Amino acid sequence: MEVAMDAFDVRWPEGPPDAAAVIELRSVGRTFGADPPVVALREVNLHLTHGTSLAIVGPSGSGKSTLLNIVGCLDRPTSGTYLFDRIDVGALTDDQRAALRAEGIGFVFQTFNLLAHRTVLENVMLAEVYRGRSIEGRAERALESLRRVGMTHRADFLPTRLSGGEQQRVAIARALMGEPSVLLCDEPTGNLDSVNTESVLSLFDELGAAGLTLVIVTHEEPVARRARRRVRITDGRLTEEDQP
Amino acid sequence: MTRRPSPGPRMRPRDLAGEALAGLLARPARVALTVLGTVIGVGALVATLGLSKTAANQIVGHFDALAATDIVVSPSARAGGAGAAVLPWDAEARLLRLNGVAAAGTLSDVDVRGALARSVPINDPLAAGAIQLPMKAASPGLFRAVRAQLATGRLFDAGHSRRADRVLVLGPNAARRLGIARVDQQPAIFVGDRLYAVIGLLAGVRRQAALLGAAIMPEGTARREFGLRAPAFAQVETRIGAVDLIARQAPLALSPSDPGLLKVAAPPDPRQLRGAVKNDLNALFLLLGGVSLLVGAIGIANVTLVSVLERVGEIGLRRALGAGRRHIAAQFLLESTAMGLAGGLIGASLGTLVIVGVSATKTWTPVLDPWVPLGAPALGALIGLASGTYPSLRAASLEPVEALRAGT
Repeated sequence: MEVAMDAFDVRWPEGPPDAAAVIELRSVGRTFGADPPVVALREVNLHLTHGTSLAIVGPSGSGKSTLLNIVGCLDRPTSGTYLFDRIDVGALTDDQRAALRAEGIGFVFQTFNLLAHRTVLENVMLAEVYRGRSIEGRAERALESLRRVGMTHRADFLPTRLSGGEQQRVAIARALMGEPSVLLCDEPTGNLDSVNTESVLSLFDELGAAGLTLVIVTHEEPVARRARRRVRITDGRLTEEDQP
Repeated sequence: MTRRPSPGPRMRPRDLAGEALAGLLARPARVALTVLGTVIGVGALVATLGLSKTAANQIVGHFDALAATDIVVSPSARAGGAGAAVLPWDAEARLLRLNGVAAAGTLSDVDVRGALARSVPINDPLAAGAIQLPMKAASPGLFRAVRAQLATGRLFDAGHSRRADRVLVLGPNAARRLGIARVDQQPAIFVGDRLYAVIGLLAGVRRQAALLGAAIMPEGTARREFGLRAPAFAQVETRIGAVDLIARQAPLALSPSDPGLLKVAAPPDPRQLRGAVKNDLNALFLLLGGVSLLVGAIGIANVTLVSVLERVGEIGLRRALGAGRRHIAAQFLLESTAMGLAGGLIGASLGTLVIVGVSATKTWTPVLDPWVPLGAPALGALIGLASGTYPSLRAASLEPVEALRAGT
């Protein structure tokens, strides 16, 4: 989805943003605390074009989730520049970053993060609540999103009645609602058994083949190998892995 | 070239209301218990205001025209007390000249010097013999001033008093003691060795209940026969609303040279009485209602805060989905306000029912200012709003990353 935004010109000392890039990180760093400071990310450069599937791998505590939070506009880098779809995220206010998340980014979490007291359909519809779109046709759009992940038959179920794999599919349907520019997945198969993992990965394959930009954080090599491109984080440093 | 982002996330009021409602319905039992505090507080407040007004109205209702028009003028302590001869013999006429006096008369105890009374001519050995009978002397207008009801016969008049006729009017109890039930056979009684004709029997009086057991003679008779020095006190019935005026004017009319020799016993102002009763009730019950409301407010604040802490993950999810801080704050604020409003509505209804129920059992007329049941829900909502402010701000201040991490 193209984020609905007006255009304006800015001169960039580091060079103009790449028009094809949906995610562009230039020397991004993230440090937590001050006494002593903990460096989570060091000089990270990343260039991701539309329609790419990227896996970020690395051991626990290496900075994978920190990087995903920055890419997802949930956190701010302490140094460097981050451009999302040619927008300088570092210059945005809190509200503007929230709008960017609402309109351009879909999230899939390891723990699914579905609201237990809302039906599957209502959980998916929640994705449009903060976009200001009319409620007219929202249920139909949510059902279409559920259709993409093969979950329309569970629309009226509560999440607690679904298997882990089904819950993750619902979470993916929610993330796909409104057609985001990027789907960010944080350990999406971390809580799933092998059957459900394969089911979810197959879904990602289909979405990637359909042109969706995917960023998957994982520490599982088999999951990472399904992505078209892989990067590795070690002690906050990002290195490109050999492509298959 | 870069692009300019949207100014901020947007949320439709209908979506906000829907999310707040869903948040409340997700925990119905807890919400019900939380609302209960406000229900009790608002209910107590409405019931207090209504019952105090109803009770005060009832008191005023009991405080009827009879009591509100009753004045008794008697010698003051400075004049020497009850036995002092201050009131003039023409007190009745003087009082009746005052504009606002409906009826007036004077009354005195007559000292018969131990003389006993007995009925004649029948000397029945089985009947009670001579009895000690309270004797009173009254001006003719007294009977009207005390609203005496005549059972049979007639009352004495100014002529009887002027001529000092030996006539008596008996109170119903006195007549019963003397065995006199009718006057058509011209009964008479002896008081000591003096014979008095009974010309009338009273059925009752609305004031001066002592008359029920007494024999009443004209003042002129008491003056000549027993040396009555002056009327003991004056009984006045005023017109409605004139009691204050007559209470001020009566001493001047009866003792122009020194009004301070007389004291006036007038009823309290019913408006002041109602105000005093209302204030007493209000002070007590408003305090109880206020405490209940405070407890309700603390309950809402506490539950909303607990709800925020429990829903950190949900807050993180909503922030990830694009909710701004103000949307998070607005949702929690709306939830707490809705709880307060619901408590206010139910409380106002229950409070009104209590007023109607109590009034029905007491056969009172329920009285309630219309703004009380209408304003009570608004008060509940205001309490919910105030109680939810801190938890809402706390929810809004959560960073999305921290909220997502804490909620997993």
